[in-house]
Amino acid sequence: MSEVAIVGVGQSAFVRGYEGSIRELAFEAYREAMTDTQLKPKDIGASIICSAPEYDKQRTPAGVLAEYLGLSPQPTFYLESVCSSSSMGVKIGYSLIKSGLHDVVLILGFQKMSEITSAESQERMGRGADIIWESPFGTMMPAYYAMHARAHFDKYGTTEEDLALIRVKAASYGQLNEKAVYRKEVTLEQVLSSDTVSTPLKRFDCCANADGSSCLILARKDRARDLPKKPLSILGLGAASAPVNMAGRDSLTGLSCTRDAAKEAFKMAGIGPQDVNVAEVHDCFTIAELMAYEDLGFAEAGEGKYLIRNKETYQDGRIPINVDGGLLSKGHPIGATGGSQIRTIILQLRGEAGEMQVEDPKIGLIHNIGGVGLYANVTILGG
Amino acid sequence: MGFEKFGTVSFTSQTKVNDFIERLYQGKVSGTKCKQCDAAYFPPRADCCSCLSSDMTWFDVVGTGKLVSYSTLSYAPTGFEQDLPYTAALVRFKDDIQIFGRLSKTIKPEEIEVGMDLVVSPVKLPGDRISYEFITP
Repeated sequence: MSEVAIVGVGQSAFVRGYEGSIRELAFEAYREAMTDTQLKPKDIGASIICSAPEYDKQRTPAGVLAEYLGLSPQPTFYLESVCSSSSMGVKIGYSLIKSGLHDVVLILGFQKMSEITSAESQERMGRGADIIWESPFGTMMPAYYAMHARAHFDKYGTTEEDLALIRVKAASYGQLNEKAVYRKEVTLEQVLSSDTVSTPLKRFDCCANADGSSCLILARKDRARDLPKKPLSILGLGAASAPVNMAGRDSLTGLSCTRDAAKEAFKMAGIGPQDVNVAEVHDCFTIAELMAYEDLGFAEAGEGKYLIRNKETYQDGRIPINVDGGLLSKGHPIGATGGSQIRTIILQLRGEAGEMQVEDPKIGLIHNIGGVGLYANVTILGG
Repeated sequence: MGFEKFGTVSFTSQTKVNDFIERLYQGKVSGTKCKQCDAAYFPPRADCCSCLSSDMTWFDVVGTGKLVSYSTLSYAPTGFEQDLPYTAALVRFKDDIQIFGRLSKTIKPEEIEVGMDLVVSPVKLPGDRISYEFITP
């Protein structure tokens, strides 16, 4: 059975308040990916449309977007696992190809977070967790990650300054990424003196909201030989879930779904964390990146802080991580995020990452979380 | 009487474990236990995912637990603004029963630390609403 390759990637600029419809936003990433592959719409066997529905005004966007993109009458459907929707789209797209049902599948992730008002957004934030047993206490995403940070600080001696160093790194690469929403430098002092959102997390520990889209085109590798860009194979796919309520978690110092998904992805790829040359991890908050270092096996439990203190996750470090600005600076348009992370790694493995390029990477890893560790996807790519 | 009364703002009213609210009014914070296989659940559940039974009984969470982690919020979702600042917390009791909720405002910020002893207690809220909170023993 042929391998499955990613043969085309695209991403819109991530912006605040996109001035257009979700169709036009989706088209931006789509056009870039289709240009990348030189495929025609009729070559796409099926499309998977990924977003978080609480931000969509349009009911059932898949059919609407597929028609606008020129992908009708081929089959299309909607897939949701909040922030990890488009990584899960890759897993399903892989399955559609591997099963022989389709030769080429397109995964389009999008989110126009500004589609709803700020007040509507505030209301939805309260419903982001267990609506029976947690939301009535007035919870929000930052509070949950903040509780993970506090638990990590208490057990391992990680500090607010360690987390701030992660934000400083993200900002240094966000400046290089012309598609990032936040392109300014951030100093350690700025992070540490920014407003508290939910102790111990501050404003600069939180990712930037954005509108954006991403597009990935998957194909049988034997089909991919005729296409212009070097096809990169999907070597490993792991996915897992965990209890939504914090009361169901064994520990708050990491995310069990990351560990479960990573184990599966590494096993499928037949490699370990030491073989990864470049990675994208889900840094919706600074603590999320630090926990990912440990849960993915780039550092032992409790030692993630040394990776950032010693700059080992910088572009020229031992394991470069989020050298496109990450969610913290590039932005986090929920349904588009996984596809954007995967695009970054494809560009790295092709040697097309420009100023963000790391030296000659062979294996790349993408870690994408949905909710507060409710869902995790780990994807491993290589030659 | 059901979950429309629970917490500062409730988001759904119907669940088969509505007696949880009645028990709160009686001064008890309760989980459920499966009569078939003894699996214990907090939050309480109507169905056991270990053995598929729906034959459940109530147990009360008593005694002292330890604070697993916490965070004090400076921003709140719609409807919770008047409660700010408040502290979300996870507390572990015996038999690995964990409860998510809020710390009582009677606990001073400088007294809060991971590992501290806490008990869980029903609390009446304005507007004839009810919840539970963690207080020092």
